[in-house]
Amino acid sequence: MARKTIKVDYLARVEGEGAFKVVVRDGAVKQAELRIFEPPRFYEAFLRGRSFMEVPDITARICGICPIAYMMGSTHAIEKVLGIKLDGQLRELRRLIYCGEWIESHVLHAFMLHAPDFLGYDSAIAMARDHGDLVKKALDFKKTGNEIMTTVGGREIHPINVRVGGFYRVPSRRELAPLLDKLKAARDFAVEAVRVVSKFDFPDCERDYEFVALRHPNEYPLNEGRLVSNKGLDIPIEDYDETFEETHVEHSTALHSHIRGRGAYFTGPMARYSLNFDKLTPTAQQAAREAGLGPTCNNPFRSIVIRLVEALYAAEEAIRIIEAYEPPDRPFVEGSVRAGSGCHATEAPRGICYHRYTLDDTGTVTFARIAAPTSQNQPTIENDLTSFVGGWLDLPDKELQHRCEQAIRNYDPCISCSTHFLKLDVDRG
Amino acid sequence: MGKKPRLAVWKFASCDGCQLSLLDCEDELLAVAGAVDIAYFPEATRGEIKGKYDVSLVEGSITTAHDAERILDVRTRSRVLITIGACATAGGIQALRNFADVKEFASVVYAHPEYIHTLETSTPIAAHVKVEYELRGCPIDKRQLVEVISAFIAGRRPVTPAHSTCIECKLKGNVCVMVAHGKPCLGPVTHAGCGALCPSYDRGCYGCFGPQETPNTVSLSRQMAALGMSEENLKRIYSTFNAYSEDFRKERERHGS
Repeated sequence: MARKTIKVDYLARVEGEGAFKVVVRDGAVKQAELRIFEPPRFYEAFLRGRSFMEVPDITARICGICPIAYMMGSTHAIEKVLGIKLDGQLRELRRLIYCGEWIESHVLHAFMLHAPDFLGYDSAIAMARDHGDLVKKALDFKKTGNEIMTTVGGREIHPINVRVGGFYRVPSRRELAPLLDKLKAARDFAVEAVRVVSKFDFPDCERDYEFVALRHPNEYPLNEGRLVSNKGLDIPIEDYDETFEETHVEHSTALHSHIRGRGAYFTGPMARYSLNFDKLTPTAQQAAREAGLGPTCNNPFRSIVIRLVEALYAAEEAIRIIEAYEPPDRPFVEGSVRAGSGCHATEAPRGICYHRYTLDDTGTVTFARIAAPTSQNQPTIENDLTSFVGGWLDLPDKELQHRCEQAIRNYDPCISCSTHFLKLDVDRG
Repeated sequence: MGKKPRLAVWKFASCDGCQLSLLDCEDELLAVAGAVDIAYFPEATRGEIKGKYDVSLVEGSITTAHDAERILDVRTRSRVLITIGACATAGGIQALRNFADVKEFASVVYAHPEYIHTLETSTPIAAHVKVEYELRGCPIDKRQLVEVISAFIAGRRPVTPAHSTCIECKLKGNVCVMVAHGKPCLGPVTHAGCGALCPSYDRGCYGCFGPQETPNTVSLSRQMAALGMSEENLKRIYSTFNAYSEDFRKERERHGS
């Protein structure tokens, strides 16, 4: 036998269009390829010539699941050109809307896309027939995240209220107040949800990753921080381009990222958690410990637990912000339009999302570059497949294929974003 | 009671936001799933029922030769085909390539443009196959989505008003952002559906639901110019998520090539 191919032509329960192929020769994995065939949409090309004020509304459309990530990355990068730095309640409101997106995206992935793998269902809808109460509570949690987005942003998908310098209109205390009871119920469910998923059967798959995430002295990272890793990286966001490089490989419309001279790295919830455990709230830390997690985690199959720990954190952080909220005097800060270049990275639900823009003296974009988290993780996903599949070769094809799919879904790959990204073939020859 | 209708959800070039709207119907999702067989929805399920579908929801625009073939197959297998969102209905933001050189675009984004296989244009689904119903918006409104699915299951026409966003805004009792605050607003020419969101947040509508029927864009542009909007910004405001819709495209061309 010696030769075998495992192939999935259209990965299910991921956002966007991808596939994968694993080639096995003489009992060893020869090649693992994550293919992204999401058609390119050329954002970085058509952003040229747009006014800086249009950019966040346009970049939101890169991804329907995490539009806030693309709005936060672009607004912060442009604000650096215009000399704007938000503080106080405007900064807090930006954290609040991002908490909404983390909850919506993490709960969507954990319960609608990922949990069915562990419980043996094709979908959350099928899962709901036997676990109706759990799915219903998860949907309520997700809805609460969406309600934060809607209250602060106008709507959950492609919010309309985020602008360079802040917001078009800021909410009143009364508008935010109804969220509190829902968030408190969500927090209680999140503690239970962490416990439920921690009992899933996780394959014993650990690797020595280089985790990269933002780190901030005072808070769990969302919009600000330095880029750090568990292997000694500690740089300001401005050094991103000289530290990371993107390469273009033939099997993917998504670009692959590497640390120059070092190779693949890992971004997203597991990296963030492992580098910032000390910044989680006590409740989130305790829930993680009770779920059997240490302050770091190297098993990507456990990422579902970490996503829910982060969703728990986001619910508590949202409660904190709303309870202390006083509407700011003005909804936005104006900067001075001038020529220049600015970059920024924020922590999207799936990891670091990097933006760089150059503006001319009229505020028109002349250059744009965006690095999505999934394209940064793509080499690591391929390395996971290469390293894990060898131990699974005794499994029947159908199970092996499903296991490979899970190894990919661990990363909650968002292919629409990363195109700039996915297709499974296991070739056993 | 007969067999449950079979629903399929298809994706072409898009951000996934419109199909996510279905999963965002948290209160209605399990009810919808109870009323139909979700026969094909790869974003939500590994399961797949092969064969024909009673209702197909199509998200995204046609940008590759492969997708141009695939939509023909989707059409053959669908009794009713409904496009969801600005990409499927008007080509989406990625249709900005239709006014540019796609080779130049590819060279800006990719180190090896020769690996990229794409058409020179991004076109709506109706440019390729017959479409029974088009749902507007970038993204679609989830209440409208539930209405459209319910209507097609019941065999009636969906109730989705064709008037302008401006009417929705008046019905909502908003103070006009253009008359009172001099802010440019596409509400008078934009299809209803969002509930006049932007003016409710103190900003002008940016037209994400695309043109209403017979919009008077010429008159609106004259007014926005009187408020001080430059020709360049007039061209930009029609050049977003529905740039390739006929009415916005024509108005765009009036403000420079």
